[in-house]
Amino acid sequence: MTNPTTSFLKGQKHLNRRHNAEQRFQWMGRIAIALSLIFLAFMITSIIWQGKGAVSTTKVMLAFDLSAQMVDPENIKGASYEKIVKSALRSQFPNAKKRKQKKALYALVSSDAGFQLRDQILANPALLGAEQTLWVSASDDVDMLMKGHISRAGAQSDRRVNDDQIGWIDTLSDEDAIKRVFNIGFFTSGDSREPELAGILSALVGSALSLLVCFALSFPIGILAAIYLEEFAKKNRWSDLIEININNLAAVPSIVFGLLGLSIFLNVFGLPRSSPLVGGMVLALMTLPTIIIAARASLRAVPPSIREAALGMGASPVQTTFHHVAPLALPGFLTGTIVGMAQALGETAPLLMIGMVAFIVDIPSSILEPATALPVQIFLWADSPERAFLEKTSAAIIVLLIFLVLMNIIAITLRKKYETRF
Amino acid sequence: MQKTPLISAKDVDVFYAKKQALDKITLDIPEHKVTSLIGPSGCGKTTFLRCINRMNDLVDICRVAGEIKIMGQDIYAPEVDVVALRANVGMVFQKPNPFPKSIFDNVAYGPKIHGLAKTKGDMEEMVEWSLRKAGLWEEVKDRLAETGTGLSGGQQQRLCIARAIAVKPKVILMDEPCSALDPIATAIIEELIDELRKKFTIIIVTHSMQQAARVSQRTAFFHMGILVESGATKSLFTAPQDERTQNYITGRIG
Repeated sequence: MTNPTTSFLKGQKHLNRRHNAEQRFQWMGRIAIALSLIFLAFMITSIIWQGKGAVSTTKVMLAFDLSAQMVDPENIKGASYEKIVKSALRSQFPNAKKRKQKKALYALVSSDAGFQLRDQILANPALLGAEQTLWVSASDDVDMLMKGHISRAGAQSDRRVNDDQIGWIDTLSDEDAIKRVFNIGFFTSGDSREPELAGILSALVGSALSLLVCFALSFPIGILAAIYLEEFAKKNRWSDLIEININNLAAVPSIVFGLLGLSIFLNVFGLPRSSPLVGGMVLALMTLPTIIIAARASLRAVPPSIREAALGMGASPVQTTFHHVAPLALPGFLTGTIVGMAQALGETAPLLMIGMVAFIVDIPSSILEPATALPVQIFLWADSPERAFLEKTSAAIIVLLIFLVLMNIIAITLRKKYETRF
Repeated sequence: MQKTPLISAKDVDVFYAKKQALDKITLDIPEHKVTSLIGPSGCGKTTFLRCINRMNDLVDICRVAGEIKIMGQDIYAPEVDVVALRANVGMVFQKPNPFPKSIFDNVAYGPKIHGLAKTKGDMEEMVEWSLRKAGLWEEVKDRLAETGTGLSGGQQQRLCIARAIAVKPKVILMDEPCSALDPIATAIIEELIDELRKKFTIIIVTHSMQQAARVSQRTAFFHMGILVESGATKSLFTAPQDERTQNYITGRIG
């Protein structure tokens, strides 16, 4: 009997339909990947584009009168450096006569210029006694103008920099007395109200300390909880209840953990407000469910035959777990931890509730000192009106991303090291 | 039976939750003999095997009633330490399950946790002895540091046997040890089992009646949770007393 469908040839109608469906599906997948890559590339280029300016800053060179009349060599710290800076500006540009003009002139340099001058003299007292040409930071508006973020065109009243100031800057520029240098301050100082002085270090240290606390709490607690629940606890109604609760906790909005931290850690225990200790504790609460769920999944993935082998040898349950099961599950523990830590690193909301949103200038040196964190710093800068904070915001995001990538690299290296095939 | 049995089970019932898996099993197992447990799938032979070293304790819903005595001690008595029991009743599983560690560490693990080796030399000796007994020494002596999971299936199973005998148990339980192996590897293991019974008492669960006939001196036939018949292998295979045994060994059921 000949069956009309017994043919091995291409191009049959029902086969074409199946092949087309397969092609369509594959193309949808490819388009999805392409779209997500495009979005990623778009995000990264825009951040780098906006943030690249923050690695450089503008300095101006002025001739400062450091005669004994202005600075007493016996009392270097006592001198009024603000006055010296102002008089240096005035002598450089004697055309600034009116009060308003003088004010605009003084606004060319950073409010920190006097301190920078003092620090240079303290570092090298030989400068004293004569007129010296030294570099100090320009103000953020000058910096923005030099980087082209403030337009020279348009009505004067619409600009942050007026015509007089542009004239002075051009004069300085012609005399090579204005330059862009690498912005070391961005990486070595804390936050500031003045964008040209604001740095990322205090937030970076705050984040690092918080994460350290978070890791120290959530890794051991999470792993031990997972091991107990998976390997030792009897499966009954209570363990089901605990499991449901852990899964629910993972979905609780992070700000709720912040509220908990505020009411328990700060108000009941009286722990220091704004400190990385409390920040880390709150982040640990948030990270714990993630770690527990991932660790349990990875324990479940260890073949039961390994447990049977060890128990059959007369290993006790604890020996079985720690000699055989946990080492095999370790890569999974690390994956869960890194996912949780990465989440914690990017978390802002719970930190707002415990006061880590404060304006922190000093670099925290312990987990008990007030600190802020990278995402909070980004939020604060993004909220600031000055144009110069825009590039700081993007630069801070870059720092955050680099931090994240470094963390991931460490975790992946560790995971590779401990991965065992079985 | 000329001697007192090494293991004697009396009225053993096993329940998984409400379901009864074994019903009143009474069986004596003599020392230095190979006893095979045969029967169709789901008849309870593996369940009975796992009662002997209390591996069923691991199953939350499993409940064992009755009495199993090994050398006169009731192993389900509350004062029994199951760790000590399992050190004396070793087990080899259906699927070779070496630890993902080196060959040496696989064998050395038991002596290490039970504190059997005082020095490094003792340990090396013990590992060599076990691997020789398991007939694996010649094949692996130059690569003891390599991982045990890299061996072939038959070698892995012999490694598991070496690992089990390294702690010098009284009894070795084998749960279909050859079901994942090819005929050549199976033949090697069967030879090994015959050799091992000089030192150990072996209980083997097997699906293959030929294997039971080849390796064991005594056989017990299980069917639907009851022990139908047990006795000397030869007589059970040549002159079964029960009709169900007859049907099973001639291939009519199972």
